[in-house]
Amino acid sequence: MQKSQITKSEPDERGHWGRFGGRYVPEILVAPLEELTEEFTRARHDNDFWQKLNQLLRDYAGRPTPLFHARRLTAHAGGAQIYLKREDLLHTGAHKINNAMGQVLLARQMGKRRVIAETGAGQHGVATATVCALFGLRCIIYMGAEDVRRQALNVFQMRLLGAEVITVNAGTRTLKDAINEAMRDWVTNVHDTYYLLGSALGPHPYPLMVREFQSVIGREAREQMLSASGKLPRALIACVGGGSNAIGLFHPFIADEQVRLIGVEAGGRGDSLGEHAARFHTDAKSGGGRIGVLQGMMSYVLQDLNGQIATTHSISAGLDYSAIGPEHAFLHDNGRAEYIRSSDSEALEGLELCAKLEGIIPALETAHAIMPAIQIARELPRDDAIIVNLSGRGDKDVQLVADLKNR
Amino acid sequence: MSRIRETFASLKRAGRGGFIPFITAGDPDLTTTELLLVELAAAGADIIELGVPFSDPVADGETIQRASERALRKGVTLRDVLTCIARAKQHIDVPIVLFSYFNPLLNFGRDRLANDAKEAGVDAILVTDLIPEEAHTWIETLIQFDLDPIFLVAPTTSDKRLKQIAREARGFIYAVSRAGVTGARDEMTDDAEALVKRVRLVSDLPVAVGFGISTAEQVREVLRFADAAVIGSAIVSQIEELAKSPDLVRRVGEFARSLLAPKSNDSHQQGTLPSPARR
Repeated sequence: MQKSQITKSEPDERGHWGRFGGRYVPEILVAPLEELTEEFTRARHDNDFWQKLNQLLRDYAGRPTPLFHARRLTAHAGGAQIYLKREDLLHTGAHKINNAMGQVLLARQMGKRRVIAETGAGQHGVATATVCALFGLRCIIYMGAEDVRRQALNVFQMRLLGAEVITVNAGTRTLKDAINEAMRDWVTNVHDTYYLLGSALGPHPYPLMVREFQSVIGREAREQMLSASGKLPRALIACVGGGSNAIGLFHPFIADEQVRLIGVEAGGRGDSLGEHAARFHTDAKSGGGRIGVLQGMMSYVLQDLNGQIATTHSISAGLDYSAIGPEHAFLHDNGRAEYIRSSDSEALEGLELCAKLEGIIPALETAHAIMPAIQIARELPRDDAIIVNLSGRGDKDVQLVADLKNR
Repeated sequence: MSRIRETFASLKRAGRGGFIPFITAGDPDLTTTELLLVELAAAGADIIELGVPFSDPVADGETIQRASERALRKGVTLRDVLTCIARAKQHIDVPIVLFSYFNPLLNFGRDRLANDAKEAGVDAILVTDLIPEEAHTWIETLIQFDLDPIFLVAPTTSDKRLKQIAREARGFIYAVSRAGVTGARDEMTDDAEALVKRVRLVSDLPVAVGFGISTAEQVREVLRFADAAVIGSAIVSQIEELAKSPDLVRRVGEFARSLLAPKSNDSHQQGTLPSPARR
């Protein structure tokens, strides 16, 4: 891989990062995707658009978020200084609103009155329902039955916000199936509907667009780190489901080659296919993460030996997904980013540790990054720093954690 | 000339429209699929589309989703589907279009798929989620193995794209009748006819219309302006309803014949479809 490609990490005009990404969709979606690409490209270079978005993110969502020096976690690790990028403090409790706000402005510009979205943990659903309420748009959220069960609080929140939540009973009843159903809705109602996809995945332009809306995380963190310590962090650590919070933090640092970029996938409860959501992990006997095509993009996809998409398992609904955003696949293959796994039990341990030492209960998704961060900090000298993306808060998971602990 | 083009040429000579049934391979099981291929050919299918079951069929409505699930529960693989086609082809001569999502094909491997599909007797391949822009190497390989790459066009497809797609397509062009997923509908819209007219302005390839066609009347309606009608979900629902019946194959054949039935008041046309309106 040439250096210039690594530092830029820009896709070609059809949304390919190397062989990854692109547009693998039924023909009927090509026209709306082209229309969206045009609208996004125009907005991307339009100062007025960014001014409007940044003002909303500041006045409504609560940006900038703090970069918090987690002294007790640092002392516990006994190495590099650990900083937490507090996306959990945003309105609706996670980074998801950065993207939802950006896309809802596009939907308005395009004159679409009906917004659909998929959600796994419910954070993106809540963020979408929120921005739709703010702008008076009709909102329909697709959510897998299994996720409806384990994220009941978010379902109720979405309904309070005026959204219609449709339970998806197909397939594995999780995020993947919610996306399938949202795509079927879009195919059917393409003339008046905006599909507000919640992660850096799917067909072009979504992976690029979501990254651009989430990169505010990394831009802020970079400035905050430089003004706090006068130097760049040694490593960035973030959980990766589809990968939007991770790419949002990583992207502004891609050219800073001394900064390690570390994505944490859901290791679930075992190594064999179906027991985890680690797309870069392959098991020779049962299959695993290989290059494939799912939901509009080419990327690493968990699949069986016959090319059927595998079921996944994670304690956290937001990481419980069979594919990973194409830019992560690209950064993985060219070596710029590293991807590791954290199990269900490590996530629970991370959640409790962060709660007890810092008074912050992270979402179960986010919690996957805590134990690996401690390990990485431990291996670095005290005058270095690392940043963990505290991508969401854990209120939604408290009941689930309580149930698990009482078992 | 490919078998598909020959079929359309002879339909044109006979002055009638083509009938293209779709079934999902392995639903309810592969043995039945093999018998159904033979029965559908006997019932008057001019071409048959055979669906490869996939775990995440985003372009399909509930009927074909359930058919895919039934086949996957039986453990049906792409290799099995090809074997099934090879066996059926010992008895029938009807061209077969392999209808699939991209991932199972990608996983199988491009050259291996083209080679093995050709050997099995497949005539053309249609990949639901592969648009020409992403398909260059696949198109080359398929053509090299004498397989027709079939592409979809939709009411949302611009004239500019229609031209591009027409350049890449072989065999015929599959026009999706309306926005939406597969599945029977009571009403046909005018979208299909308008789309077929637009295709004819940029391509000499025959045009088949599909999505939502479920009755003999709708078949007749579509064949007023298209060269062939694809009937999928309506047949797949019959298979679903009859899954436990020992008569499944015969009754699906009867249903297929009923789709070809002329209007009761024009008995002189019995057994033939109305001729398509050419440009």
